[in-house]
Amino acid sequence: MAEKSNTVARRGAQVHRVSQRNRLSSWLRHHLSVALTSLQRILRTPLASFMTLAVLAIALALPSFMWTVVHNVQQFAAGWDTHPRISLYLHQQVSDERAEQMSLELMLHPGLSGVELIDRDKGLQDFARYSEFANLISLFERNPLPAVILVLPTDHTLLALQGLQQELSVLPEVQEAQLDLEWLQRLGAYLNVLERFTWVVSGLLALAVLLIVGNTLRMTLESRRDEIIVTKLVGATDAWVRRPFLYTGFWLGLCGAILASVLVFLAMEMIRAPVDRLAQLYMSSFSLQGLGAQGLTTLIAIGVALGWLGAFVSTGRHLREIEPS
Amino acid sequence: MAEIRFTNVGKRYAEGHDALIGVDFTLESGEMAFLTGHSGAGKSTLLKLIMLMERPSRGQVWVGDQELNVLPRHQIAWHRRRIGVVFQNHQLLFDRSVFDNVALPLQIAGYDPQDAARRVRAALDKVGLLMREKQNPITLSSGEQQRVGIARAIVHKPKLLLADEPTGNLDPQLSEDVMRLFEQFNRIGTTVLIASHDLSLINRMQRRTLVLRGGRLVSGG
Ligand SMILES: Nc1ncnc2c1ncn2[C@@H]1O[C@H](COP(=O)(O)OP(=O)(O)OP(=O)(O)O)[C@@H](O)[C@H]1O
Ligand SMILES: [Mg+2]
Repeated sequence: MAEKSNTVARRGAQVHRVSQRNRLSSWLRHHLSVALTSLQRILRTPLASFMTLAVLAIALALPSFMWTVVHNVQQFAAGWDTHPRISLYLHQQVSDERAEQMSLELMLHPGLSGVELIDRDKGLQDFARYSEFANLISLFERNPLPAVILVLPTDHTLLALQGLQQELSVLPEVQEAQLDLEWLQRLGAYLNVLERFTWVVSGLLALAVLLIVGNTLRMTLESRRDEIIVTKLVGATDAWVRRPFLYTGFWLGLCGAILASVLVFLAMEMIRAPVDRLAQLYMSSFSLQGLGAQGLTTLIAIGVALGWLGAFVSTGRHLREIEPS
Repeated sequence: MAEIRFTNVGKRYAEGHDALIGVDFTLESGEMAFLTGHSGAGKSTLLKLIMLMERPSRGQVWVGDQELNVLPRHQIAWHRRRIGVVFQNHQLLFDRSVFDNVALPLQIAGYDPQDAARRVRAALDKVGLLMREKQNPITLSSGEQQRVGIARAIVHKPKLLLADEPTGNLDPQLSEDVMRLFEQFNRIGTTVLIASHDLSLINRMQRRTLVLRGGRLVSGG
């Protein structure tokens, strides 16, 4: 860097210049040794370091966990839109024959890939089989359930589905055309809220990580004040003095992120069983995904970046204040 | 060529105390001189100005062809690397061995570790502490600590050597040895400025002597 002619003595005492190549290798050597010693320093005070790391890990784990949940819900929602359907509830006065006739007509509709008629008797049987209120039916003189035609649209885009729903709902026999997608739309909206919320939480906790690392380093800096002063007196540059602290930030971020990934793994394992049971209930092939390789890489990259940045910001300010006098 | 030049330098500390007043002198490159005066006369302050540990309140300090007032902050480290300093209060680090203390300037300058080790041992040998390299300086006597500080000041063979009471805690024999060591450096071209109370030693050395009294340079300037 700026190390050009400064080390050259003008005359007298033996001149030694550190050559360009040696300078590169000494720079690398210094980085390596500083990286190792700053890691050793962290390990030398295991309890204090563990406390800091635990706080960092929690701050990093919470948003990671939330993102993993968001991804899972997205996955789950995506798995559903493969078979949206429209339920056509027919008017009570529509006869069984007319319903039968109508379902045959609908089969010819170009926008539909499947049609299923649940006539009133079948509806009653199903109701009796699956509902706890089956005995309520006996209170009615005649079957109170409407006939239902389930249709499977070919085009799954939301616009096409809504158009089709509109078209079918105005048929004279149809009392109500219900798009089963609606709950999915609601889920999508909830998902948006959840995602936004996760961004906010992530931002706040990233700030917390910066502050934790910054504060930890400020204290380390204070405890090594004498060392900083002496090294500055014998010619250490700001960058040289700062380096070990940046590495400390790096290690804190890295170890914090690794611990966080363990926490996320444990959290996912804890919710796995109930989620699987829920998926079975919906007869979905959905299975819970963990952080994954990509999530893990992102978590570690963010941890390291925040650790380094926290160290950078805090040492930049405080190192200037520590001057020999 | 002048190695150190003070032109009308004044230093007033924050409390309003004038530590140096109108100091003018030039130390030629390759010269060896003493700086003396009563306690509180401003000797350490003068050396601190050269090291950029303090800034003058007025006047200018030149080191080589550099005027220190206009030296940018990021150049201070490079400036200090050219100077070897023996501090009045040693400024050793007690979290590492004697060897590592002396090696510090070389580490900072990026010397190859083997080369550095050789130079550190040579420097420790010169001050008679080769056998103590593995010890922590806190286990050494005050005089021994002082000599570790001297070894650290000379280990990188600086072109300018400043010493603040380098013999303050040494017996006459060791003081003599340290002075011979400084002379040896001076002979190969190092400019040497030594602050000291020890008038008998100064007299024996027969060198130019700058005398401070109450912050003013009263002779030798
Ligand atoms: N950091 C400081 N803040 C305020 N006043 C100071 C500071 N350093 C030194 N002084 C004052 O400046 C004056 C000169 O101090 P200096 O340390 O230069 O004296 P000295 O000649 O080195 O003395 P000694 O022989 O005792 O080391 C003294 O009166 C001292 O009190
Ligand atoms: Mg003094």
